[in-house]
Amino acid sequence: MAYVAVKGGEQAIAAAHAWRAEARRGDPAVSKLEPAQIEGQLGRAVERVMAEGSLYDRGLAALAIAQAEGDLIEAAFLLRAYRTTLPRFGVSLPLDTTAMAIQRRISAVFKDLPGGQVLGPTTDYTHRLIDFALPAQDLPPAAPMAEPDPAPMPRVADLLAAEGLIRPDPADAGEPADLTRAPPALPLPRAARLQGLARGDEGFLLGMGYSTQRGYGGSHPFAGEIRMGAVSVEIIPDELGFAIDIGDVVLTECQMVNQFHGTKTEPARFTTGYGLAFGQADRRAMSMALVDRALQAGDLGEDVTAPAQDAEFVLSHADNIEATGFVEHLKLPHYVDFQSEIEAVRRLHAQARAHAEAEAAE
Amino acid sequence: MNGYNFAYLDEQTKRMIRRAILKAIAIPGHQVPFASREMPLPYGWGTGGIQVTASILGSHDVLKVIDQGADDTTNAVSIRRFFARTAGVRTTTRTEDATVIQTRHRIPETTLTARQILVYQVPQPEPLYRLEPSRAEGRRMHGLAEYGAMHVKLYEDIARYGQVAISYDYPVMVNHRYLTSPSPIPAFDNPKLHRMPALQLFGAGREKRIYAIPPYTDVRSLDFEDHPFRPHRAQAACALCGARGSYLDEVIIDDRGGRMFVCSDTDYCAGRRAAGHVGTEGAAA
Repeated sequence: MAYVAVKGGEQAIAAAHAWRAEARRGDPAVSKLEPAQIEGQLGRAVERVMAEGSLYDRGLAALAIAQAEGDLIEAAFLLRAYRTTLPRFGVSLPLDTTAMAIQRRISAVFKDLPGGQVLGPTTDYTHRLIDFALPAQDLPPAAPMAEPDPAPMPRVADLLAAEGLIRPDPADAGEPADLTRAPPALPLPRAARLQGLARGDEGFLLGMGYSTQRGYGGSHPFAGEIRMGAVSVEIIPDELGFAIDIGDVVLTECQMVNQFHGTKTEPARFTTGYGLAFGQADRRAMSMALVDRALQAGDLGEDVTAPAQDAEFVLSHADNIEATGFVEHLKLPHYVDFQSEIEAVRRLHAQARAHAEAEAAE
Repeated sequence: MNGYNFAYLDEQTKRMIRRAILKAIAIPGHQVPFASREMPLPYGWGTGGIQVTASILGSHDVLKVIDQGADDTTNAVSIRRFFARTAGVRTTTRTEDATVIQTRHRIPETTLTARQILVYQVPQPEPLYRLEPSRAEGRRMHGLAEYGAMHVKLYEDIARYGQVAISYDYPVMVNHRYLTSPSPIPAFDNPKLHRMPALQLFGAGREKRIYAIPPYTDVRSLDFEDHPFRPHRAQAACALCGARGSYLDEVIIDDRGGRMFVCSDTDYCAGRRAAGHVGTEGAAA
């Protein structure tokens, strides 16, 4: 048999990509899925892709989801690879989430509180029954509307802090850390950890957060508050010297209130975990808050024993773009290394055989 | 390519990477952290090597890209196309003609020269990670040149198997100071690292590290006096060109145990055939 060299990689790649494009379109008899439909009707997917892609652009995220055929990690990857080519022209002022245009605000630690409990558009308390009538339904019945409550809605953590019951977060001076512009230096400051978590894989955050509830680094969490709504983003351009509003982003913020710490001389105070996510993303924000709290174990003098408390472990493995790339690179050819392994195993076999023969001869 | 800078990365990023490269050259074998960018190719598929190549590439360079020693493997084709598209540089498969060679898992058989740069794609820059998974702790061990754990690992291999059982990514000491991963090249290639006239740059994108072996630097594969390092290859000749000194790939040719061996370095093999060397299965080119 003559050896047929594996040639023509270039044509094979082009043909494979053409096939993928054809498969993406699906049945031509069914109308094409428009990014606008994805943006409007698959909002949760768009928001997850924006979070993991680290870029707030609903239209671009919708396009990425269409291009990735609904593979959300692939879509986030597309968004990241685009984001990396954009210049970073400034840093926003800290977002003021107390001034959020609230759509949803719930607290699990107080029955009622200033501003009240606002359920907002939620799937909580729905029965998870497949709605067979949904395909036939065009417009749902109009949802009842209420007048927005003009009363301010202070954050629960701030209410507790005013009483001195919460351990204050040390103020972070200067420009915040940016993992995408500087290599992470261990141990990471909390700002960098939060950035890593904010763009981490939702499934990973969920699993890590869940593990703390099952005894691996538990911290007795209460959902102090979850709020969702639009927040304005302000920057101070160098040429102006004062803050201007450059637009709104919709965010979900979660503040967990956790077990208290104190000493003989220092009164006990609750600790907190913080979660922030683009769009409406209770699961993501809550998971992040649990993990953020777990990662403070070292700073708070707790024993670091569980995976979720190990900042190096959590932050090195939370990024699904890094993870998927490295896991999937195993399908690249490795035959050079495998060949060296085969030769090593054969050498060991030959050595064992020679050994056995020598023993038999004795 | 329209809308993108020469070789994809913006100039500020290239400057940042070049600084890391200079530092890496100044401290041979030491891993320099750098602010690795998200690339349009996946992590683990050569993002570190691509960033290094993008930062050193000029418009007059001639680029060769190999994976497993071959120019025509799919990922090598993809990366070569990436630079042909974003930098418009000339590309080649001939080792002698290239000024920059990006590689995954091999060092070309043809001896490289002082006017060439070899860029390695590195999945795991930390040679100690199997012994000490914490990179913070690993960094401390490098600082103190505390490499006893690796010698113990080699010793344990010898005690258990009668020989060192590492066949690729075989750890080396660079310039008598830093324990370094040569990337997953077969141990067969390790001797080529030693005093190579070409500059060797190593890029690990996901792990955000760059390191270097400057030209003519001493590189010693870790061993013991009574168990010296020995590179291995398949005991065969290339079926196409008859080479007996090159690294060989094994090709299974039927389901009855039939196999043949061919050069992993496709350019080297083609060059030999062009010069009239013929193996048992090859026709003269």
